[in-house]
Amino acid sequence: MEKFTSHTGVAVPLKRSNVDTDQIIPAVYLKRVTRTGFEDGLFAAWRSDPSFVLNRPEYASASVLVAGPDFGTGSSREHAVWALQNYGFKVVISPRFADIFRGNAGKAGLLAAQVDEKVVQKIWDHLEDHPGATVTVDLETRTVKAGEGVDAIEDSFDIDDYTRWRLLEGLDDIGITLGHEDAISSYESTRPSWKPVTLH
Amino acid sequence: MGKTLAQKVWDEHVVRSAEGEPDLLFIDLHLIHEVTSPQAFDGLRLAGRTVRRPDLTLATEDHNVPTIDWDKPIADPVSATQVETLRKNAAEFGVRLHPLGDLDQGIVHVVGPQLGLTQPGMTIVCGDSHTSTHGAFGAIAFGIGTSEVEHVLATQTLPQAKPKTMAVTVNGSLPAGVTAKDLILYLIAQTGTGGGQGYIVEYRGQAIEELSMEGRMTVCNMSIEWGAKAGLIAPDQTTFDYIEGKPEAPTGADWDAAVAHWRTLVTDADASFDKEIVIDAADVTPFVTWGTNPGQGVPLGGNVPTPADFEEEQDRVAAEKALEYMGLEAGTPMRDIKVDTVFVGSCTNGRIEDLRLAASILQGHQVAEGTRLLVVPGSVRVRNQAIEEGLDKIFTAAGAEWRGAGCSMCLGMNPDQLAPQERSASTSNRNFEGRQGKGGRTHLVSVPVAAATAVRGTLSSPADLEA
Ligand code: SF4
Repeated sequence: MEKFTSHTGVAVPLKRSNVDTDQIIPAVYLKRVTRTGFEDGLFAAWRSDPSFVLNRPEYASASVLVAGPDFGTGSSREHAVWALQNYGFKVVISPRFADIFRGNAGKAGLLAAQVDEKVVQKIWDHLEDHPGATVTVDLETRTVKAGEGVDAIEDSFDIDDYTRWRLLEGLDDIGITLGHEDAISSYESTRPSWKPVTLH
Repeated sequence: MGKTLAQKVWDEHVVRSAEGEPDLLFIDLHLIHEVTSPQAFDGLRLAGRTVRRPDLTLATEDHNVPTIDWDKPIADPVSATQVETLRKNAAEFGVRLHPLGDLDQGIVHVVGPQLGLTQPGMTIVCGDSHTSTHGAFGAIAFGIGTSEVEHVLATQTLPQAKPKTMAVTVNGSLPAGVTAKDLILYLIAQTGTGGGQGYIVEYRGQAIEELSMEGRMTVCNMSIEWGAKAGLIAPDQTTFDYIEGKPEAPTGADWDAAVAHWRTLVTDADASFDKEIVIDAADVTPFVTWGTNPGQGVPLGGNVPTPADFEEEQDRVAAEKALEYMGLEAGTPMRDIKVDTVFVGSCTNGRIEDLRLAASILQGHQVAEGTRLLVVPGSVRVRNQAIEEGLDKIFTAAGAEWRGAGCSMCLGMNPDQLAPQERSASTSNRNFEGRQGKGGRTHLVSVPVAAATAVRGTLSSPADLEA
C-alpha cells in the first residue's frame, strides 16, 4: 500500500446522505475476477443521469468525495471501496461512515475522513461557488483545508489512531503481518515434519 | 486448569500474540476454489507479492462446474471465466489444482479429507463457510473472506481473535435409522440458527463417538447453519483408521509420531467451556425442514407448523413468510408434501457412505412418477468408488440421474437448478429462498429420507417403503 501523508485534489460535492453500498456499486457489477476495473459500476444508476455531479466536466479529475452522513451503509462488499479507488478517489469526507465501509476503506488505503456536519456544509458551499476547486486532506495534522483568504476553511477530521498509523506507514494488514516475518519463519522451523504438504 | 481440544489446537498455532491484538495463527492448510479466490490472487499481483506456502495450498473447481458434459466448455460465461481464472492463477503462483476431469476434482470439503490432507490438530481455512466440515477430524477449520484469502496466501497466517468455546454433549445412541443429519437439524431447530454464534463448538458424547467420519463431517459441516465459528470432534481410532492409507497421510515413523500427537488432542477432564449443552440422542428422530432457514424444522412425522403458535413475534412473521414462499398450508402433515426433485449430494451428504446408504434404500425400487432424483457424488474419487461398488447401476436402474462431481444443486450457481416453485427434498445444508435456484423450494433432509422420498414422491422415511 502507498504511504498516505497528505492529498490535494479536485473535490466533488455528493449532496446525499445514506449512500449505501448498492448505490456505490450495484450487485450486477460484482462479477469481475479482478480488484480493478470497478470504476464502471461506481454510482452506476446515478451516472446514467447526465446532470449527475460526477458527469460534469469540472469534476472529471476528482479525487476527493465530499458526501453527506452515513456513507457506505448496507452490504459488506469490499468492491465498494475498490470502485471508488478504481475511479480515482483517494479520500471520502463524510460526517459519518458505516462501520464495515470504514474498516474496508482503511484496509485498502482509501482515507475515510470523518468531519463535523457543518464542515461538510461549508465545503459544499465553497465548491458550489468554485466548481472544480481542490480540497487538501492532511493526515499528519488531521486537517481538511479548502479555499483561501478570509473564506478559507480549515478544520480537523476524525480517524482512529491505528488506521491513521497504518495509512501513514503505507501498511495494509498483509504488510503488517509480513513485518512479523521473523516470528512466522521461526514458527515454521518448529513445525513437525509429518504435517501434510500438497506439493512433493 | 486443563485445556479444551480447541484451546490446545489454537495454542499450537500461535505465531505471535500481543496484548490488545488478535493472535496471529499459522494456517496448516489453505483450500481454494474458483469463486472466492480471484480477487485475492489479483491483490497479490497488484502488490507484487507471492504465495508464501504453495505447498500448504490446494485448489479445486466445484461451485461453477456442470455435472454433465464436463468435458465440454462451460456454457455460462461468468462461470467459465471464474474457472479459467483459477486455472491461470494456480499456474502462475504454483498452486496445486485439481481441475474438472481430474481424479481429485470435487467439492473442496470432500477432497481435503479423501486425500488425507485433513488431519487432527490442524488449522484449515478456505474462502467458504462450510470449511467447518474439516473439524470432524479434530482440526480448527473455518471459512474466511476474500481479503483473508489474500492474507493467508501472502503470509500463511491469519490474525484471529480467540472465540469462546462450547461443548455439545450427545448422550446415548441415536435410534436406528436416525442419522447425523437428523441430529444436526434437530440441534439447530431446538436452539435456533444463532445458537452457536461466536463459539467454537466441540461435539462429544456417546452418539458422536459412534458416528463414522462421514457422519461427523455432516455434523461439523452444518455448524455454520447453527451460527458457530467452527465445530470440531476429538480424534479417536475411527479418525485414525479413516486417515491411514490415504494418499497424503503420513507413513512409517511419521505415522507413529502423528498418531502419538493426535492422541493428546482431547479436552482435559478439568477443562471448562464457556457454555455447555447436553442432548439425549434418544430424542432425535428423522428431521426435515418446512421453512426457509435451517432452524425451521420438525420431525418427519410432524405437521407444517401454524405461525400463530409461535410465541415470539419475529418467529411468527418469519414462519408466515416462509410458508408463503414454500407454498405450504399450516397443519399439513409433512409426509403429505409432494416433492418434484430429490437431490442427494453436497459437502453435507455427498460422500461414499451417503451414496451407499441411498443405494441400499433404492435397491429394488423405482423413483416415483413425476419425481426426479439427482445423485451427485462429492468428488470424482467418490464417483469412481461408487461405480466400483456397482452403486451407479442401482441408481440408474431406479431411474435416478447419476451425475459428475461438484456442488451441483446445493446452490444456484451452475446448471443444476430448481425452476421457480419447484419443490425439492435435498441432502444439502441451506434452504434459503432461491438457494437452489430462483423461486425454488427446499426441504432439507437426511439421505434415507431423500431416497425414500424419491420412491414415494412425498416426504417419506425408509420405513414407509415397507408399509
Ligand atoms: S456443496 Fe454447497 S455448501 Fe458445500 S461447498 Fe459446495 S456450494 Fe458450498
